[in-house]
Amino acid sequence: MGQTLVEKIISKNMGYPVKAGETVVVNVDFAALHDGSGPLLVRLMQERGYDKDPVFDPERVLFANEFGPESTKEVANEHALCRQYALGHGCHWEEGGTGHVHAHVYENFLKCGTVCIVGDSHTTVHGAYGCFATGCGSTDMVAVTRFGQTWIKVPETFRINVTGALPKGVYAKDIMLKLAGIIKSDQAIYKSLEFRGDTISSLSMEGRLTITSMGVDVGAKNAIMETDEHTREYLRKFGREEDYVEIRGDEDAAFERVIDIDAAALEPLVSKPHYVENVDLAKNCSREHVDLIYIGSCTNGRVEDLHVAAEILRGKKVARGTRLLVIPNSSYVFKECLRDGTLLTLAEAGAMIEAPNCGPCMGVHQGIPADNEVVVATQNRNFKGRMGNPTASIYLSSPATAAATALTGYITDPREVMA
Amino acid sequence: MIRDSIQGRAWKFGSNVSTDSIAPGRLISLRANPQEYAKHVLEDARPDFVQGVKADDFIVADRNFGCGSSREIAPIIIKLAGVGAVLSKSFGRIFYRNAINNGMLLIECDTDRIAEGDELVVDVKGRVIRKTGDPDFEMPFTLSEKEVKIINEGGLLNYIEKYNSLDI
Repeated sequence: MGQTLVEKIISKNMGYPVKAGETVVVNVDFAALHDGSGPLLVRLMQERGYDKDPVFDPERVLFANEFGPESTKEVANEHALCRQYALGHGCHWEEGGTGHVHAHVYENFLKCGTVCIVGDSHTTVHGAYGCFATGCGSTDMVAVTRFGQTWIKVPETFRINVTGALPKGVYAKDIMLKLAGIIKSDQAIYKSLEFRGDTISSLSMEGRLTITSMGVDVGAKNAIMETDEHTREYLRKFGREEDYVEIRGDEDAAFERVIDIDAAALEPLVSKPHYVENVDLAKNCSREHVDLIYIGSCTNGRVEDLHVAAEILRGKKVARGTRLLVIPNSSYVFKECLRDGTLLTLAEAGAMIEAPNCGPCMGVHQGIPADNEVVVATQNRNFKGRMGNPTASIYLSSPATAAATALTGYITDPREVMA
Repeated sequence: MIRDSIQGRAWKFGSNVSTDSIAPGRLISLRANPQEYAKHVLEDARPDFVQGVKADDFIVADRNFGCGSSREIAPIIIKLAGVGAVLSKSFGRIFYRNAINNGMLLIECDTDRIAEGDELVVDVKGRVIRKTGDPDFEMPFTLSEKEVKIINEGGLLNYIEKYNSLDI
């Protein structure tokens, strides 16, 4: 009997074979917090008198502020609290406005096949490196930061087979929205999603990260993939080829459920307000006028995403009465897209561009919709109030659909505007 | 300690009530002041809730309560609002851990059998839910051993201090 990918990774971590259903105390290979989970962690440490104690290993702990440059004194004070703690304990430290926490982790620190715990729900993203990675709150992070350990029930696995060539205008995001329509937001609660199949193998790492980032948005504990030459190549970009380890799945593992997705039959999709699982074809929503478009976030703010958007918008203008906000999601993405002219193309089309941060995705930073506005965003959640205004309606889409929508001012199937 | 019995009114909610609905991100600057944040708990999902909720009342949701972000302020302000327990067919995984870690009781059960305004008695010790004025109604439930152990100590950090172990 083979093992699921998550059983393999946790077995390696524990030093003995584990099976789904067992509860174990894992050793955390890398831990991180952001300005959402960090301030409460620091306050809990202070309240309990742990704040002078060392962290388990400062080389394996990152604090990263996301919402920068700071927009209010309250945000600035929370950032200061995290900064002081991180620097005082010799941890890795990243300022706001330099990217979201996960980009710092997978660009600079994450090794294949390890256990990664971050005080953020989208930690599932790191499964694209063949890691067991899951999010938690500040109290669990107090234990992780002090002891380098946390208790985990080894999850059962849904195997998601994605096969076939993606048609024109269809991207990794559409695969994930398709899955959200199939398993909804709750069928995979506590489960591991193991993504396999030739479509996944042919996807770039950036596309894979889009898929794993949204594991939590279909309820899963983690999402995980095999590693291969694409993974090695991506690590090489960041000068970290030595952190590559080949992780291969077994055919005869015990999968609780197997779901097949025919990528070749996919069309551009959107999630309609106010739930991720509320999936429809983009072309069915073409009568919806859109006020604000946001291309960015930990789900779709990478180099390829901005390239796709720039290709669609090159030499054209954002529709009058519609505004487009573009935020590269890390300093690496920002610099790459500055160098190759992508940001210039987008700015010439009329896009507003912010320094790397999470933007309006969770209603904290700049780009908040006005009352009753309709938004198309490449982020991962469209809950009521998510972007800071409970009267706004949010559609989720790929960067291509978002860029096509920016051109017309109405939700647009990107195939209509692609050369 | 887990209380033996809790009595209160049922406040019904739908499915997929996210942590964004429980603790809106637009009010993030209140995070350093949870008492103040608690005055807005769930206001985007159901504005009358925070006005009318009384100590020991119950949140009774459909499925996937607490889905979404890992913000721990969500269960913290539910607890500060005085809620006795949250009942739902299922819970977002991170919300579940955060709630237990803060000593907040969550119960998985068939919430279709409970109506808005029902007066409930949750017999925690006997693991059964009853309705005031409906002697025929009885809904047994289970709690995980970990939930009981952690809540009994008043949260995860107390548990770790007492037993010097993460093995719950």
